[in-house]
Amino acid sequence: MLGYYLDLAVRSLKRSPGLTALMILIVGFGVAASMTSYSVFRAVSGDPIPWKSSRLFVPQIDIWGPRGHADGSSDNDPPDAMDYTDAVALMRDHRGKYQSAMYRVSPSVVPPDPHMHPINVGGHAVYSEFFAMLDVPFQFGGAWGADGDAKHAAAVVINSKLNQKLFGGANSVGKTLNIDGKDYRVVGVLNNWNPKPTFFDVVNTGGFTSGQEDMFLPFTRAIDVGMSNDGNTNCSEVPKGSGFVGLQQSSCVWIAYMVQLEDKAAVSAYKDYLDGYFRDQKASGRFNWALNNRLRDLPAWLESEHVVPSDTKISLLVALGLLVACLVNTAGLLLAKFLRRSSEIGVRRALGAPRMAIYVQFLVEAGMVGLTGGVLGLLLTWVGIHGVNWVLPKEIASLAHVDLSLLALTLVIAVVATMLAGLYPTFRASRVQPALQLKTN
Amino acid sequence: MLKMTHLSKVYRTEVVETYALRDFNIDVKEGEFVAVTGPSGSGKTTFLTIAGLLETFTGGTYHLDNLDVSNLDDNARSKIRNEKIGFIFQAFNLIPDLNVFDNVEVPLRYRGMKALERKERIMGALDRVGLASRAKHYPAELSGGQQQRVAIARALAGSPRLLLADEPTGNLDTQMARGVMELLEEIHRDGATIVMVTHDPELAARAQRNVHIIDGQVVDLAEDPRFHSAYVAAAGQVRG
Repeated sequence: MLGYYLDLAVRSLKRSPGLTALMILIVGFGVAASMTSYSVFRAVSGDPIPWKSSRLFVPQIDIWGPRGHADGSSDNDPPDAMDYTDAVALMRDHRGKYQSAMYRVSPSVVPPDPHMHPINVGGHAVYSEFFAMLDVPFQFGGAWGADGDAKHAAAVVINSKLNQKLFGGANSVGKTLNIDGKDYRVVGVLNNWNPKPTFFDVVNTGGFTSGQEDMFLPFTRAIDVGMSNDGNTNCSEVPKGSGFVGLQQSSCVWIAYMVQLEDKAAVSAYKDYLDGYFRDQKASGRFNWALNNRLRDLPAWLESEHVVPSDTKISLLVALGLLVACLVNTAGLLLAKFLRRSSEIGVRRALGAPRMAIYVQFLVEAGMVGLTGGVLGLLLTWVGIHGVNWVLPKEIASLAHVDLSLLALTLVIAVVATMLAGLYPTFRASRVQPALQLKTN
Repeated sequence: MLKMTHLSKVYRTEVVETYALRDFNIDVKEGEFVAVTGPSGSGKTTFLTIAGLLETFTGGTYHLDNLDVSNLDDNARSKIRNEKIGFIFQAFNLIPDLNVFDNVEVPLRYRGMKALERKERIMGALDRVGLASRAKHYPAELSGGQQQRVAIARALAGSPRLLLADEPTGNLDTQMARGVMELLEEIHRDGATIVMVTHDPELAARAQRNVHIIDGQVVDLAEDPRFHSAYVAAAGQVRG
């Protein structure tokens, strides 16, 4: 019977092309608006490393105490980054499976081609375990080893885009790169790894506002050569010393930190270690306030840092509201269309159609409106995604994209939503009294 | 075939009760051709819609083909309508979007019949009403008489036990009406049970038996003193 109902739906829709076009337009626009907003929301709110995010943790130590919370903050949260002292201490104690302190750098690079001008690049100073911890994909070579951290190796890992620019995309492992006037050996080339949000360092990047991750070099080496921090620096008091060395000696926080913990026992042990570290520091006279550490997994950390921009949430809600308004209108049009066919319904009922048959017939028709509206919605969503940078910041808008799952979701939402909108009109159609209709005729 | 006993149909509002049928009794035997007559508002069409299970009734009993249909649910009533009853309406009630073939197919679709059998039945029914060559035409392309023939083909295609006709010639001119009436008579001669509601005493006279409804009740015009003289006069006109 489904084929019969589909055939009837096509005939019915063709009979009133104006009304049909109006319904399809309404569904198409409603779905497109919501799917465009959803595509942005999905891009900024999705789990950036779903296979591992529950095993990645960000430790926080309350090194400022109550004075650090006096700026109107009500959540009593410790600083969201670390000072140099604690970051290095945690790295030295090495209590996780993998861990890395990191800070953002923005050095200049002298290309090997003498005809090219020096260029500014962005990247991070990290420890070698950073790459294994985040499953960073390599195109050529690999990370430097633990001895590279220990020996402050002049090594660098570059991203494929920079490799293309400097070496024409060839395997550049073993080649020398001049960074801030010093030579570094290329040990690995990443396979276009540039996750958004920059989840490993939302403190210094805000998640979305940083540019490309062009290169990664050893944390220890970057400190040695005084490669300054290009990210955020927050202080509860003015540093005593000056310059980069003064920053390292201060209680200012500027270093992001991430650790991989494999199971609940490891998480519990690490929390104990972190609390123990705080108590030791307190005993040594560094702190005089109560323990207030945090150890959040990555999803909780991204949530607490409000990485998802609030305007994307608002636009999603507005778009969903628009979809509902469109569906209410569609329901009204379907109701008018269906009840205009009361005479046909009466005849069908008289000839033996049970109520359910009428119900299914008209629900199929509503579904067909939804499917056609969904196809139109796909086209409009594609247009919307390419035009979303008019209303959202460029770095956010550029993340939105059309893929198979979005295509499928658009069609499913269009069909299901329109069928939901058609439930009441269909119910009314199935309740048409055949005797009344036939008497009227 | 069709037996109603002490049947009543009451339309109730908050302030008034209106009896469309009251203590209504009728017994139509299998193979009979019964004409139901009566003035406008007498309850003829209400009787027909109840007989066709399109409407429920308030009291009494109704047996159709020896089955008590008083308390059937919508599915069961629909199934009986589909399999045992054929309808012919005054306004033809063809579906304008569907061509002749597809219109005749409608009741067979709800019977879950296979395509080949449907086609055989449809073409057989159209052949019987002389419209096999018009199978691909749409209702708007046919005359009133032809449309009513399509409606009759639609009623016949499912081989119903009972044919209910509501003023089948009411929208037709004399010539077309005669053709449709001859077709109904032919169908009756082939063994069908037909109940026909009509205003037209000439058509009613061509049925085997006349049942007259006044104020929602079956009356015997010949015996009831209220109508005796009018009946004699009308009978004389028909004979003349």
